[in-house]
Amino acid sequence: MDIIRMKNVKKTYKTGTTAIYDLDLNIKKGEFVFVIGSTGCGKSTLIKMLYREEKPTSGKILVGGIDVGKIRNGKVYKLRRKIGVVFQNYQLLQNSTAYENVAFALEVLGLPKSEVHPKVMKVLDLVGLKNKAKQYPNHLSGGEQQRVAIARAIVNGPKILICDEPTGNLDPKTSMEIMEVLEAINKLGTTIIMVTHDIEIVEKLKKRVVLLDSGRIVKDYKEGEYKK
Amino acid sequence: MKTLRILSRNIRDSFKSVFRNFSLSLASISCITITLIVVSVSMILSLNVNNFTSLIEKDVTIVAFLKTDITEEETDKVYDEIITLDNIEKDNVEFRDKMDISKEMMASSETFKSIMKDWTREESPIQDTFQIKVTDINLIHKTAEEIKNIKNVDVVKYGEGMVEELVKVFDVIRKVSIAIVISLILVTAFLIANTIKITIMSRKREIEIMRLVGASNINIRLPFMFEGLTLGIIGSIIPIIITIYGYNALYNHFDGQLFTQFIKLIKPDSFVYLVSLILLAIGMIVGMFGSIRAVRKYLKI
Repeated sequence: MDIIRMKNVKKTYKTGTTAIYDLDLNIKKGEFVFVIGSTGCGKSTLIKMLYREEKPTSGKILVGGIDVGKIRNGKVYKLRRKIGVVFQNYQLLQNSTAYENVAFALEVLGLPKSEVHPKVMKVLDLVGLKNKAKQYPNHLSGGEQQRVAIARAIVNGPKILICDEPTGNLDPKTSMEIMEVLEAINKLGTTIIMVTHDIEIVEKLKKRVVLLDSGRIVKDYKEGEYKK
Repeated sequence: MKTLRILSRNIRDSFKSVFRNFSLSLASISCITITLIVVSVSMILSLNVNNFTSLIEKDVTIVAFLKTDITEEETDKVYDEIITLDNIEKDNVEFRDKMDISKEMMASSETFKSIMKDWTREESPIQDTFQIKVTDINLIHKTAEEIKNIKNVDVVKYGEGMVEELVKVFDVIRKVSIAIVISLILVTAFLIANTIKITIMSRKREIEIMRLVGASNINIRLPFMFEGLTLGIIGSIIPIIITIYGYNALYNHFDGQLFTQFIKLIKPDSFVYLVSLILLAIGMIVGMFGSIRAVRKYLKI
């Protein structure tokens, strides 16, 4: 069953630049997909459309059954609750502890404290940061901050996790640790789409790889097919 | 239950972030405080100007002089006709007998006394009068004409010319003072909204994260709305204190009148609380809507 469906998707920015041309892409539930390509090939635009940070100019995008192109600004939160997003720069609240950053995602949804606490501790445990729950982001290493960001992204139990170069700021060893966390999450059933420049990782993990160039998919490698 | 929980969390968080972003909050609060003090002073001035101009206008009286040979029955008839007129304060039509007027004049001057002392009612050239107050001073001329047309009314006087000038000048003064207050309130609203906007712009990331984790727009707006409200309330405390204590002190110092007994100050009793309430309302409303407007910018794609 496809959890993401993109059909004839085109994105032209107000400036007149077209980032994506007639793109078709289907992703099955539980898949792990890398999106790679050179800078400016449209990778970021592609995933930004998935969590409706950008609207497609034409074509249809279905994410977990929601028509992303048709969703109103006021209803975007309904889509966001189905997906988790992780960024290269972590996007953490610097004045809040690791625990508070993760709990924030549940509190804004109005969950009671009694439900928030066990859920937060569970995901912090999953990303290996149970002991650093009370630390502030600036006291954590880059890898640890990214783990907090991942924990926050999955604490809601989203069906899809979108990662925009999550290892972009990390050294190879830490990057691999993050990938291990993502693989573990994927094994629990979460579909993962990850944009990356890190070809080493892509090769090592042997997942499905979508290669973009100038806004078009030029190659869609099945699991294990991709080689440098 | 869920709504209550979200609401209480928002109120708690709004207080937290006022203190967490203390320097910017302080900037907003000071801006609100200073502008509201200016609004308060201008409002007090304007309302007092309005008050004393209407007091003076209320004092304007039409005097209707009755014919000298008028009988008592005819006088009663004139009275009956006067009180049927539209623009008349019915309870404020006062008859003054010519003999009473003579007495008053004689009491005021020896010269008058020597001339008037032997006048009988029939001989006296002085006329009985009705002193009449109007409800709308703008229509005084028309009302005076109507009174003049009543049978047995000889002459009508109300300071024609001067009264019209006075009304015109007061009208301009009132309009200008109200315009100043309104424009000051608008400038205040603009200043406060902008300061709050800067406070919120510094929290762009927070809003982005809230959107990202699936907070609905209302859930994002609420904490900022409460924060704006809190800033507005805190910012109006000092202006309110200054209004209440300052005006009371001013009133007592001048004994309720400014320079002359004609310029009477409004009694502070409920007046200061009304002004304070307006200040608080401006602070709250502008604080709230200022922040909602600032956040809205980040809720669009």
